[in-house]
Amino acid sequence: MSRGLYLLAPMISVTVALMTFIVIPFGAGGDITIFGARLGGLIVAPDLGVGVLWLLAVGSLGVYGIVLAGWSSNNKYSLLGGLRSSAQLISYELSMTLAVLGVLMASGSLNLEQVVARQGGQFWLGAIPQWNVVPQIIGCVVFVVAVFAETNRLPFDLAEAETELVAGYHVEYSSMKFAAFLMSEYMNMVTASALIVTLFFGGWTFPGMGRFSGWPLLVLSLLSFGIKLAFFLWLFVWVRWSLPRFRYDQLMRLGWKGLLPLATLNLVWVGVAMTMGWIR
Amino acid sequence: MGTAVFYLVAAVGVVSAIAAMAHRNPVVNVLSLVVTLFSIAVSYALLGAEFLAAAQILVYAGAILVLFLFVVMLLGAPAEPDAGESRPFQRTAGLALAALAAAGGAAVVAAIHAAAPAGALRGTAQALGVMLTGEYLFAFEFISVLLLAALVGALVLVKRKH
Repeated sequence: MSRGLYLLAPMISVTVALMTFIVIPFGAGGDITIFGARLGGLIVAPDLGVGVLWLLAVGSLGVYGIVLAGWSSNNKYSLLGGLRSSAQLISYELSMTLAVLGVLMASGSLNLEQVVARQGGQFWLGAIPQWNVVPQIIGCVVFVVAVFAETNRLPFDLAEAETELVAGYHVEYSSMKFAAFLMSEYMNMVTASALIVTLFFGGWTFPGMGRFSGWPLLVLSLLSFGIKLAFFLWLFVWVRWSLPRFRYDQLMRLGWKGLLPLATLNLVWVGVAMTMGWIR
Repeated sequence: MGTAVFYLVAAVGVVSAIAAMAHRNPVVNVLSLVVTLFSIAVSYALLGAEFLAAAQILVYAGAILVLFLFVVMLLGAPAEPDAGESRPFQRTAGLALAALAAAGGAAVVAAIHAAAPAGALRGTAQALGVMLTGEYLFAFEFISVLLLAALVGALVLVKRKH
């Protein structure tokens, strides 16, 4: 219907996918100095005070790429895919944000470096690393499920459901424009996995890291982050080949009647636990 | 640097705001509004109100306008046809209103310049949170109840009679 919007859609998708990773800390520079400057934590944008909010805000713009692709293709299947996607992303964004809120409450900061720093070092009962996943297992499950929906991966890929919509929002796309959509989907997967790791699984921290400093710490923290990240990427693929696609009404029911109350429950639990002093 | 970014963003904001009203294609209207809200968010960020900037993108550009777009697409709003001949006095009235708006804008700008600078306030999430749960707690809660009332009211209005 509109050539400009048709070309704009994949650009939005890729740009948004590229912009989200910058607030995720992926390693410890510690006190290493390079060219006389202290390296600090490895993160693209360390001074962005709003941290997580940036990620959620920019991530929420990603839906425009899909919706516009669906609309501008002038194809019924594409349009249905785009509409489904917009409804789905808005539904699951709520649960995702609520799940993140629990972590932010426990950390007392929007900055992901602080979120990671709080999870490193100490242990509960001498053996369990102080990761957010332990006290907030409900929040973690809600977040992981919501993130699957946000990245349009199976079992939530109703925007491209092959059996009903041929290929959904990108039916009419080919060559590099199609590649741009796939690229953004996979980049979103990486960012989503990194976010799961950072928020709930201690980020780049690892047990016994107090014994290292300098370059060994840098390498080991990168390795720790990379292994955790790879695990969740594997989880994405594993789920894709294990679970069938939801029906649309099931998807909505799960989002609004399942995840949203659970996320609220997690929030209440974190509040109570913090007031009672169970979570530091 | 900051000034250059401001003028760039302001220009983009104004042009997209005009496009949001003037373009004949409803989808382009909504998208122009997204660009306008985004440039306003950048202006907030330039002023140091980073939380407000993020909230602006998250709430308006990311959520509300997606719903707008959803509705526009679902209803399949066609591109608006040419308005045709304008009524007498329409042009004159438009010009008069534009002059009035320009005068009002000038007055606001003059008032802002006359007022004392607000000082180095940082609109961080923390500062905002302290204000909302301390000094302005009542107003904050009041607005949230008001929004809830509006929500319940909307539900009552659309509820079918059995």
